[in-house]
Amino acid sequence: MSTRARSRRSELWAAAPWLSGVLVLVAGVVVFPAGYMVWTSTRAISPFGVDRGGAGADNFRHVAALAGLPRVLLNTGVWVVGVVAVTVLVSLGLAQFLNKAFPGRRLVRLAVIVPWAASVVMTATVVYYGLDPFYGVVNRALVDIGWLDAPFGFTKRPVPAFGVAMGVAVFVSLPFTTYTLLAGLQAVPEDLLEAARIDGAGPVATYRRVVLPLLRPAIAVATLINVINVFNSLPILRTMTGSIPGYDADTTTTLIFKLIQVDRHVDTASALSVVNFALVLVITLVYVRVARPMREG
Amino acid sequence: MTVTAAPASAPTRPARARAAAGGPRRGRRPVLLAAAGLVIALVFLAPYLIMIIGSLKPRAEILAVPPSYLPRHWQPDNYVTLWSTPETPLPLNLISTVVISVCATLLVLVVATPAAYYTARHRFPGRGAFLLVVLASQMLQPTVLAAGLFREFVAIGLNDTWLAMILVNAAFNLSFAVWIMHSFFAGIPVEIEEAATLDGATRLQTLGRVTLPLVWPGIVTAIVFTFVASWNEFAASLVILSTAANQPLSVALTKFVGQYDSAWQYVFAISVVAIVPVVVLFALIERRLVGGLTAGAVK
Repeated sequence: MSTRARSRRSELWAAAPWLSGVLVLVAGVVVFPAGYMVWTSTRAISPFGVDRGGAGADNFRHVAALAGLPRVLLNTGVWVVGVVAVTVLVSLGLAQFLNKAFPGRRLVRLAVIVPWAASVVMTATVVYYGLDPFYGVVNRALVDIGWLDAPFGFTKRPVPAFGVAMGVAVFVSLPFTTYTLLAGLQAVPEDLLEAARIDGAGPVATYRRVVLPLLRPAIAVATLINVINVFNSLPILRTMTGSIPGYDADTTTTLIFKLIQVDRHVDTASALSVVNFALVLVITLVYVRVARPMREG
Repeated sequence: MTVTAAPASAPTRPARARAAAGGPRRGRRPVLLAAAGLVIALVFLAPYLIMIIGSLKPRAEILAVPPSYLPRHWQPDNYVTLWSTPETPLPLNLISTVVISVCATLLVLVVATPAAYYTARHRFPGRGAFLLVVLASQMLQPTVLAAGLFREFVAIGLNDTWLAMILVNAAFNLSFAVWIMHSFFAGIPVEIEEAATLDGATRLQTLGRVTLPLVWPGIVTAIVFTFVASWNEFAASLVILSTAANQPLSVALTKFVGQYDSAWQYVFAISVVAIVPVVVLFALIERRLVGGLTAGAVK
């Protein structure tokens, strides 16, 4: 027993130098700030960052009492569910298409990557400019092709602005999702599709009964990673609805940043962050169960 | 099966086989597909084409009502005057972006490579827990911890420094780097390393001459991902970097958009300058993206 314990300890010591860098970084920049944030959520912090002592659950009460909170929570639900659902559906079609052989496929695939590589702030900013009712070229184009009678202020009121922002969120999420599903599609064995064809299955039946079940792990991983990304997304809404007064076009994430930067209420922001963090942890648990990417065979 | 599915060579073979079989018989189909592909490509490129065109318009034209689609006077000069505007010290912003992204990427490599190698090659107590922590931390983003990160860096005097953002970018991209390199290391048969050792190579020589060259594609993928993510990082920089000169391009850009007056031509010129290099990097690893970033995750 004791020799076994000693050998376990020596194995740990042998592993330590190889893992220490990762452990130090994760401890210092992920675990510690998470703990510090939970601690801050129970303190009263002045706008200049001075700790004025314990606040019990006051910060959480402040969050619950925020006038715009019900709307923000509704927005958050609509934002995450809407963006992720549309993204996954469109990506399924897009991946199917990009898996076919045609001349120029590589170039089309490269074009699809661009929004993934580009900064999201920059993509959101150009759409915001394009939709300006006065000097926006997209607004003009919509009038010129007859879809609009006159330029429309898409980004001036909360509901349409939020809708447009959801569109941008889908747009920038498509590349990653499509590529993940494409990788899944390429793992579908050709002879399986052949067998389905020989058995007389049409393309729809083959897709539903053969391809889709095999794609399920890829869909699950893509969905969960998208849920996290979309839930945590700041730049799109900040760019496209940030100038609209009030919280009518905010999610919990953008509200946290308004609390930190505009209101300078780091304590209230921490309380709301803790709620967000708890949600993310729940989603992470689901992800770890579904994905387990490092499970050894 | 899971981890050994080497991401490098898996794809494209079935697709090619299908093309060879179906190509000559169905003559018109590839043309229709290519046309649809062109439309899709244009949709994905449209915002960036608007960006490029807008970056070449003079100030009066980009704010003209109604707007023109193409510039009447092309003004490539924007890309020169851009660097000396009063809104933000742009040359310094570019330097910040480069320094932060390069250092964060180097830090990730230094820290993640040994961990990925060791966990792929050795069993030890706590290995599963370690990999679980890495996997779980992939789901955390600086956004959700911004309040805590801000308070931490204020407390230790690192707020508003490059170092703070280097640490943040490194920490939040570590898990992906460890994961992708781990699956590459695990895909190399131990026998190859043992053969090198039998030939008298030391452990470090084996690593440097045999193993690292084989996992090079995984390392490149990790480098590109960390670099691009750090290059585009926005949320944490917004809260942590308060001095204009320290801010990266993604944050500096927002200075040009005001409530009453916006210098869109500069917004778009900066965007083009910032986007082109990362798109090129991403294009370099495109095959790997299809081959399976998720090679481990999606069996």
